[in-house]
Amino acid sequence: MQPGRAEKRWMYETMLLSRRYEEAIEKIYLEGKQPRFDMAAGPIPGEMHLSNGQEPCAVGVIAHLEAHDTVTATHRPHHQAIAKGVDLKEMTAEIFGKKAGLSGGRGGHMHLLDPRVNFVCSGIIAQGLGPALGAALSRTMQGKPGVAVAFIGEGAVNQGAFHETMNLAALWNLPLIVVVEDNAWGISVSKKDSTAVERNHVRAAAYGIPGHFVPDNDPIAIYDVAGEAIARARRGEGPTLIEIETDRLAGHFMGDAEQYRPEGEKDALFARDPIPRLRDQMLAAGELSAEDVASIDAAVARRIDEAVAFARESPYPEPSDALEHAFHPVT
Amino acid sequence: MREIRYREALREALMEEMERDGTVFLMGEEVGHYEGAYKVSQGLLAQFGEQRVIDTPIAEAGFAGIGVGAAMTGLRPIIEFMTWNFSFVAFDQIISNAAKIHQMSGGKLTCPMVFRGPNGAAKQVAAQHSHSVDPFYTNIPGLYVVMPATPRDAKGLLKTSIRNDDPVVFLEGETLYNLKGEVPEEDEDELIPLGVARVAREGDGCTVVAWGRPFHNAMEAAEILAKDGIELEVVDPRTLRPLDTDAIVRSVKKTNRCVVVHEHWPYGGPGAEIVDVVQREAFDYLDAPVERVAAWDVPMPYASNLEELVLPTTERVLEAVRAVSYR
Ligand SMILES: Cc1ncc(C[n+]2csc(CCOP(=O)(O)OP(=O)(O)O)c2C)c(N)n1
Repeated sequence: MQPGRAEKRWMYETMLLSRRYEEAIEKIYLEGKQPRFDMAAGPIPGEMHLSNGQEPCAVGVIAHLEAHDTVTATHRPHHQAIAKGVDLKEMTAEIFGKKAGLSGGRGGHMHLLDPRVNFVCSGIIAQGLGPALGAALSRTMQGKPGVAVAFIGEGAVNQGAFHETMNLAALWNLPLIVVVEDNAWGISVSKKDSTAVERNHVRAAAYGIPGHFVPDNDPIAIYDVAGEAIARARRGEGPTLIEIETDRLAGHFMGDAEQYRPEGEKDALFARDPIPRLRDQMLAAGELSAEDVASIDAAVARRIDEAVAFARESPYPEPSDALEHAFHPVT
Repeated sequence: MREIRYREALREALMEEMERDGTVFLMGEEVGHYEGAYKVSQGLLAQFGEQRVIDTPIAEAGFAGIGVGAAMTGLRPIIEFMTWNFSFVAFDQIISNAAKIHQMSGGKLTCPMVFRGPNGAAKQVAAQHSHSVDPFYTNIPGLYVVMPATPRDAKGLLKTSIRNDDPVVFLEGETLYNLKGEVPEEDEDELIPLGVARVAREGDGCTVVAWGRPFHNAMEAAEILAKDGIELEVVDPRTLRPLDTDAIVRSVKKTNRCVVVHEHWPYGGPGAEIVDVVQREAFDYLDAPVERVAAWDVPMPYASNLEELVLPTTERVLEAVRAVSYR
């Protein structure tokens, strides 16, 4: 399955938006945290897990999804949230812990939840899998259209929740696609030190379902494989497991010294950065012009500026907001 | 005495006990090559090697269970949770296995192991990553629950916990790792017994029972109130199960007032347990109802201004003491 020109352009724009967005967040996150790194200081205290390098996974898969399809994401959710169409201004305000945020400043960067586009996160490894399958079951029970995609890191595959969810998805033939973003590292632990098999897609055999491996962090190849899997799920033919070889260009979180990386790894990763690669391919194929590139750059920068300004200007929550939403009001 | 940080105190305890007893080993996420998410296990891999400092995949239920099996069969595992929030996926191993093995085997098997890691809120890590788990684990017969507030207690209690023949839930303060404090000299081998409270400050104005991070708020409140002529007696239980009720009751009988300060939610837990003991055993001595200072009864909100409201503060300790002192 190949993307049309408009879809390809959307993929490029969305990857770029995600990248530039994270660059902006990175800068703001560091405000007040230098020279001595202090996680509690600055306009965005707390942890910050950037997804830069992993944008192809988000766009290649989510290009096939509608608002009514569910996505569950992880502690590293920005690229998927942006691709799923989570409101950028409200997402930014949420990351700032502001009242105008998606959850009124209650969730933060690891917990972006936007029911308008059926997007949720869990900061606990592998714990988005069950809820994704639950959404797939719920749609099916209600006779409504919609598939569910659970994005996880390769580290999450070693949790019990992965096995339980995969087995049930296969047993009940539900429309679930599990996408493993293999960025080679779970914090500082390499995949070979944590995982008994070299590639996780082979685990699909244990459940009798299709499993695919997509090498080289290539958004077009991801689009192809994910498109088939999602179409299959929509036809009622059941779940698919996909593992994507991707790159984490930053540390596990900001402040990570990354001493576990072999010498030269970072340079190699940047040399195969998927965003300039797609841009150059599209330029060479005449699918983008230099003017298009410039206008996309400008549009992306404008959206980010607006989102950041919106977040900065938004007030902090009211003290009484702390007490709200532990329970739904009794009527 | 020398001064070291809370994290160094824990590291010394691990080092000393691993040197002393070849059956002790450490297992968990990032404990070896990365030297611990909070650097507690710095230097351990280099000293003891990969057989005894074991990096695991992200598989808490698996490695907690492996710890139980190893403990039943002659070893003394120390299982590190990167934070206690992640113990929930291993809850069953702690509760249905570790806590039950001794009793279910009619006393024939033991489970000498320590589950340890940081507990409580840090800074803006939001609802899923900010739990104070003390009430969950103190409810379980078969588990010791230890929660040190100072470097000295961290070291002495961890050493005792490692030598304990029943499983210990050892709750470190996520925000206390950098805290400096006095500890005995390196060759002293101080073992602090489990189940014994510490009177950290003597006074006759009001008893404040406090543990973990808010223990330090209680101490700060005591400094402030001393200037107004109110002398607080601050009691840190240190071990929440078994609880040193004698020490608490003794203090309340002396001061006639009691405030209980903790980071866990107000519903139940050791906070409520202490109030229960005090009203039964010191009822006639009380000049005011016992007050509690707890986290607000909500999932932790992310926004920093809300987080500050939800967590116990020195100001809230002062208010509670004033309320029970009618001043
Ligand atoms: C159950 C659980 N254990 C531990 C953690 C701490 N933790 C946060 S991210 C992470 C590494 C995750 O690795 P991976 O799944 O490969 O995702 P990546 O960070 O590479 O995106 C760990 C161990 C957690 N959030 N949940």
